[in-house]
Amino acid sequence: MLDYQILGSNDTRSGFGDGLLQAGKNNNKVVGLCADLIGSLKMDAFKKEFPNRFFQTGIAEANMMGLAAGMTIGGYIPFTGTFANFSTGRVYDQIRQSIAYSDKNVKICASHAGLTLGEDGATHQILEDIGMMSMLPNMTVINPCDYNQTKAATLAIADHHGPVYLRFGRPKVPIFSTPDQKFVIGKAWHMHSGSDVTIIATGHLVWKAVEAAKTLEAEGITVDLINIHTIKPLDEKAIVDSASKTGAVVTAEEHQISGGLGSRVAQTLASHQPTPIEFVGVNDSFGESGTPDQLMKKYGLEAINIYNAAKKVIARKVMA
Amino acid sequence: MQSIENLQKIASQVRRDIVRMVHAVNSGHPGGSLGCTEYFVALYNRVMKLEPAQWNMDGIGEDLFFLSNGHISPVWYSVLSRCGYFPVNELSTFRKLDSRLQGHPTTHEGLPGVRVASGSLGQGLSVAIGAAQAKKLNGDQCMVYTLHGDGELQEGQIWEAAMYAAHHKVDNIISTVDVNGQQIDGPTESVMSLGNLRAKWEAFGWTVTEMNGNDMQAVVNGLENAKTLTGKGKPVMILMTTSMGKGVDFMEGTHKWHGVAPNDAELSNALGQLEETLGDY
Repeated sequence: MLDYQILGSNDTRSGFGDGLLQAGKNNNKVVGLCADLIGSLKMDAFKKEFPNRFFQTGIAEANMMGLAAGMTIGGYIPFTGTFANFSTGRVYDQIRQSIAYSDKNVKICASHAGLTLGEDGATHQILEDIGMMSMLPNMTVINPCDYNQTKAATLAIADHHGPVYLRFGRPKVPIFSTPDQKFVIGKAWHMHSGSDVTIIATGHLVWKAVEAAKTLEAEGITVDLINIHTIKPLDEKAIVDSASKTGAVVTAEEHQISGGLGSRVAQTLASHQPTPIEFVGVNDSFGESGTPDQLMKKYGLEAINIYNAAKKVIARKVMA
Repeated sequence: MQSIENLQKIASQVRRDIVRMVHAVNSGHPGGSLGCTEYFVALYNRVMKLEPAQWNMDGIGEDLFFLSNGHISPVWYSVLSRCGYFPVNELSTFRKLDSRLQGHPTTHEGLPGVRVASGSLGQGLSVAIGAAQAKKLNGDQCMVYTLHGDGELQEGQIWEAAMYAAHHKVDNIISTVDVNGQQIDGPTESVMSLGNLRAKWEAFGWTVTEMNGNDMQAVVNGLENAKTLTGKGKPVMILMTTSMGKGVDFMEGTHKWHGVAPNDAELSNALGQLEETLGDY
């Protein structure tokens, strides 16, 4: 029985802000940089507690990435903060050369990812960031699902040596993971066991996957539910084991279908366990202005879309 | 302390290394390397506080150097090796498969002396400023040095970094721009005018000095003078006038040798103009 309950509601960016404050208390080498979005990134508390370890860069993200790379020389652990769009596409070459190729211990922390940024529209709604960051050698890519997981991930990446891309979002969303969870980078959270279909979800789509799974189970369809919070390195064993058991997979993400979680799952299964897959995500399209709920509905990122994809992929199963 | 005469002898050998390295693989960037030879030799053999034998990434208690215009790697590699960062005979691996001496400098292969990859232009100043701020956080009194091409100043990130360094009073950095007036497509004046560089950097809040980069005494004096300008709340910029291709007459003063290697006859001609002072690798 799927018994996940909503424990509360908060934005994942607050999980980052609270995690960063704690990481700063745990380790005096943690420093923060922000490109004129301190409030949006929830970095106020860190700035107030550690004014000497906080650096306002102004609206100059390329410089911020270089500064962060430089601060690692001398032993610091920089956390950069800006929107996901300006954390990736705008500064791809700076990240590629000065951080990833140079193997610098920088944590690129990116808020307002995806459609749920809402009314600001497509200029700010990046849906390609997971793909861009995952392609970079040396880069770890993490997309947590709720406040508690984001806070746990923030603390975990402070202890991990190497460049990391941490992606989170703007709106308040359900909290359903526990505050005391152990976050292991690269280790999937196997949320529920079932044998009829596998649902693999990341970020804001995890709770929607839980809702879809509840509906499916009510119909007697059992769901193997996996939360992939670390897109890279991907927990291939968890994916292959589950697909071997169910023979049908759905992926769900607030990202382009191409280049994100779905692509990486497909690549893994094509190599190790060919399995029918249905992909829930944005299909080669930009977003637009609207409320987060309106956008998730219009672009097909709701529980009903995951439910429908599950039904469809089950029908495609290859019978032994 | 190395005398000016000794530094000049080292510079002659470094110039031989440069032309031999690029000739051997028929690729690389001799022009800017030759033009900046006095700067590198003075910096590494007299000006900076360094511990080549105990090289480590963090460089605490040492001066740091960042090459932002990474394509002039031949001069840097030569100077690093001749200061003892790695064996001189490793220069023969430059740009070859499985070498630590990549076409553009990188940390990826673990070459001692290199602290960040460079090559894609405009990024090194930001990295160096970050390293300078890390030094301040660590209470480390040592300096951070950077070198940039003048063409590189066309990259917008340079000016983001310039603004930041002044705002945050990063006064433990000495940056140098190699003002040779040349870039790949021709003279900077025709490709993209740089205007009044002194006025630009001063307007961005930097203390600006100038020096002749092809006169060893002037380079030593210029760098020592720049040190006295640090610690006063402002970053320091040296506008260093050089001649691209300096030391090899047929390469001098033209953009044509920016990224072209000499052929056998040209190599022979070049080596005839450069005394072998420390022994070829």
